[in-house]
Parts: sequence; structure tokens; C-alpha cells
Amino acid sequence: MTEFTPLLSLLGGALIGLSAVLLMAFHGRIAGMTGIMAGVLPPWSANWRWSTAFLLGSIVAPLVYRLAGGVIAFSVPVAAPGLIVGGIAVGIGVTLGAGCPSGHGICGLARFSPRSLVAVITFMIAAFVTVYVIRHIL
Amino acid sequence: MKLFSALLFGAIFGLGIAVSGMINPAKVLNFFDLAGTWDPSLAFVMAGGLAVAIPGYLAIFRNRRAPILESQFSLPQATSIDARLIGGAALFGVGWGIAGFCPGGAIPALSLFNLDTVIFLLSMVAGMLLARGWNTNWFRRAAEA
Repeated sequence: MTEFTPLLSLLGGALIGLSAVLLMAFHGRIAGMTGIMAGVLPPWSANWRWSTAFLLGSIVAPLVYRLAGGVIAFSVPVAAPGLIVGGIAVGIGVTLGAGCPSGHGICGLARFSPRSLVAVITFMIAAFVTVYVIRHIL
Repeated sequence: MKLFSALLFGAIFGLGIAVSGMINPAKVLNFFDLAGTWDPSLAFVMAGGLAVAIPGYLAIFRNRRAPILESQFSLPQATSIDARLIGGAALFGVGWGIAGFCPGGAIPALSLFNLDTVIFLLSMVAGMLLARGWNTNWFRRAAEA
């Protein structure tokens, strides 16, 4: 079980949305983790500098939050083979599908992109089915 | 300035991921487990994100012809809804349902110093490079070289 956290999740979601709005207003960029990660992987482009800065910021902030006394619930109920297979599928999937929950789910939907709507519906259904199969059928 | 602002916006993103619970694979997997230990929290993450991003984007695109620090907006140009988009999104959804991590959740999770996060991210990067290799025909070029 994990605790139902509607207020914290709403607040955290609002922060993700704020980050997306600020990155668009100042840099004109989509705050999608797939695209930003692609910026630090080969073939490199001029995007690697701001991409690296964004990624570093996203790691440092939870660290500071914890040092300031914040508690972050975290557990991984998946064994290493699942993490490896899942990781490879996620990596290939987000590259071909050109986005993940941050890029398609927040930024894409916020600018009313039909591609993003199709992507979000597709990956949500796929994830619901996958978890159902793993937890209730296999 | 550009690097500092990117760092700051990344920090806001990472804090949002941590506070919202998107950082936690157990919580993500429970969101998808309708028939079991369902935790609807992640629907609130999306609601909170869109409640800010939709009016924010509308205000930006209505009022500005260019972003503040760059000469132009860099928006995705693709519009086709094709097999690659749907197949990629479906594959991502399967991987997300297996591992419980997505890219935006896993990177900030590095702050928690957990080996599982590293295993997932290395596998994900391998998958990204593999798919980019197909996209850019690296393999064919490597074979010809």
C-alpha cells in the first residue's frame, strides 16, 4: 500500500507545471525529460549545456529538500530483471514515441497537441494493462 | 544566465516530482493497479500540472513572439499520428508498468542514492541509444565504415 496524497500530489504537479511554463517562457523549450535526456546523449547538439543544468537541478532539489528535513517516500517493488527489461522498453519507447509523461502528458496536452493526446492515452492504457497482467494474471 | 535559469527550472521540476510521489515506483505502480492496491494520487499530479501549464502556455503564446532568453520557440514540429508514435508510446507504457519508473521520475530519484534507480537508468539509456541508432542509421553507417 502507498498512502493516498491528493494535496501533496496536486502541489507537486503544480510545481512540475510551473517548471514547464518557466522553461517555455524563458527558453522556449518543452520540459519533457525524454528530450532533455536526449540532449545529453550522442549525437550531441548545442542543447547539452542547458540540458545538463536542468538535469542537475532536478537531482539537487530533492537532495536539498531531504537535507532540510523533508521526507520522500520511495520504494522499488521490482527486482533487477524487471528494472532492466522495463528500462530498455522505456528507453526505446520514449525515443520512438518522442516523449514521456512530462513531455506529452504535461507540455503536450497543455499546448493541445493531438499527437500528445494519442501518446498519453496509449501509454496509460498500456501501463494499466501491464500492471494488471503482472499482478493479477501471471 | 541561461544555465542558471535551466538549473533553477530543473530544481522546480525535481522538487515537484519528489513532492508529488512521481519519484516513487511503488506509488506509480499502485496508481495502475486498479484491481488491487489502487492509489489515485497520480491523477492529481496531472491535474495540478495541467492547471498551471495550460493557462501558463496560453499566456505565453498569446503575448510573446519569442521566449525571454532565446530568439525563438523550439516546439516539436511533428504532427503525424503514426505507427511509430503509437508503438513507441505503447512500449513505453509496458516498460513503465513493469519498472514503475519513467524518465522524469528516475532522474530526480538519483538524489536518493538507490542502486535500483541506477540499474533502471542505465537500461533506459541503453534503450534510448539503441532507438536513436535506428533513427539515425548509425548501425548502417558503422557497417559501411
